[in-house]
Amino acid sequence: MIETYIAWWVYTVLAVPQGPLGAVLEFFIYDTGKIFLLLVTIIFVISFLRTFFPVETTKRLISKLPPGVGNVLAALLGIVTPFCSCSAVPLFIGFVRGGIPLGVTFSFLIASPMINEVALVMLAGLFGWKIALIYIGTGLLIAIVAGLVIGALKLESSVEGFVFGKEGPSLAEVKPSWKERAKTAWGETTDILYKVWLYVLVAIAIGAFIHGYVPEDFFVQYLGKGQWYSVPLATLLGVPLYSNAAGIIPIISALFEKGVPLGTALAFMMAVTALSFPEFVILRKVLKPRLLGAFIAVVSLGIMITGYVFNAVSLS
Amino acid sequence: MTIQILGSGCAKCNLLEKTTREAIAELGLSASVEKISDFGTIAAMGVMTTPALGVNGVIRSSGKVLTKDQVKALLAV
Repeated sequence: MIETYIAWWVYTVLAVPQGPLGAVLEFFIYDTGKIFLLLVTIIFVISFLRTFFPVETTKRLISKLPPGVGNVLAALLGIVTPFCSCSAVPLFIGFVRGGIPLGVTFSFLIASPMINEVALVMLAGLFGWKIALIYIGTGLLIAIVAGLVIGALKLESSVEGFVFGKEGPSLAEVKPSWKERAKTAWGETTDILYKVWLYVLVAIAIGAFIHGYVPEDFFVQYLGKGQWYSVPLATLLGVPLYSNAAGIIPIISALFEKGVPLGTALAFMMAVTALSFPEFVILRKVLKPRLLGAFIAVVSLGIMITGYVFNAVSLS
Repeated sequence: MTIQILGSGCAKCNLLEKTTREAIAELGLSASVEKISDFGTIAAMGVMTTPALGVNGVIRSSGKVLTKDQVKALLAV
C-alpha cells in the first residue's frame, strides 16, 4: 500500500523514468520513513524500560547470584541498563568493588554496547525481526560465554591496582513518577535521534544506491561463503567503525542483498558495536594489557565463530 | 556550600557543570564548584554512571545531565 504510494510519487509526481534511479529513490524514501518511525518508537520504549533498571539496581541484583547464573543475568541486564562508554570505567570499578566477579562484570560490559537500541531498530527495520532476534540471541551467548571464559582465566591480577578499594556508599534510590520516566525517555530519544539522524540518512542513501546500481550477487565472488577470510576480515573492518550501528547497518543490509552471507554480515555488525578502538583506550585505564588483550581476543573469537556458524547454516 | 561535578571530562559532564554554574548564579548562592575526575574518587563516592552531581559531598544525582530547573530544585533544599 505505502509502496504503491511511494511509487506514484517517484514515477508520476517527480516523473523519474523507470530504471535504477527510480529504484534508488523508492528504496530511499521507503527505508527512511520506516527507520525513523521505528527509531522514535523503539528508542522511546527501551529508554522508558531503562528508567526501571538503574545501574545500582542491576549491580544489587547481580551481586546476589553465583557465577554462571550471574553471567546470564548480567548479560540480560546489559541490554536494559542505561550505559554509555564514558561510564565504562566508573561502572567497572563499582562492580569490582561491590564484589561482583570479573567474568560477570565482563558479561555485562560486552552485552551492553553490543545489544543496543539503535542496532536493534536498524536490524529489525532492514533485516526483519527474525535476524534481529538471532542477533540478540547470539550476542547474549557471546557475552555470557566470553564472561565465563574471562572468569576462568583468573586474570584478577591484571586489573589495575586502584580499582580495588572500599566500596562507595549506596546512592539514595530515586523513584521517578510515570511522568518523569516518560520525560526522561523522550529526552533520551531526541538525544539519540539528534546524534544519529545524519548517519542514518547517508547510510540509507548509500544502501539505496547499492540496491539500485550494484548487480545481483556482486559480492559473492569476494565476500561469499566460499571465501574463508570474509568472516575475520569483516570482524577486523568493524573495529574502527565505532558504535556506528546507525551508519553501518543500512549498508550491510544492501551488501547482504547482493550476496554477502548472513554470518559475515552478523560478524561485521557485532564487531562494529562490541569492539571499538576508543573503548579499548577507555578500558585500558582499568585493565592491564594482558586482560585487555584477553577481552579483545575472546570477544573477537566469539564473533568469528558466530560468523562461521551462520555462514555454514545458511549454506544448507 | 560546595558542589561536586563528577565525570571524566566528557561532553555531558561539561554540560552539567555549565548548567550548575548558571543555576547557582540565578539562585544567587555562594557556592564553590569542584570538579572531580579521578576515577578512584568517583568510585569511592559510590558513583557508577557519570556525570554526577554532589552537594556538600553527598551525591544527589548520577548518570544524568540535569536541566537548570532540576539543579535548582536540588540546590534549594
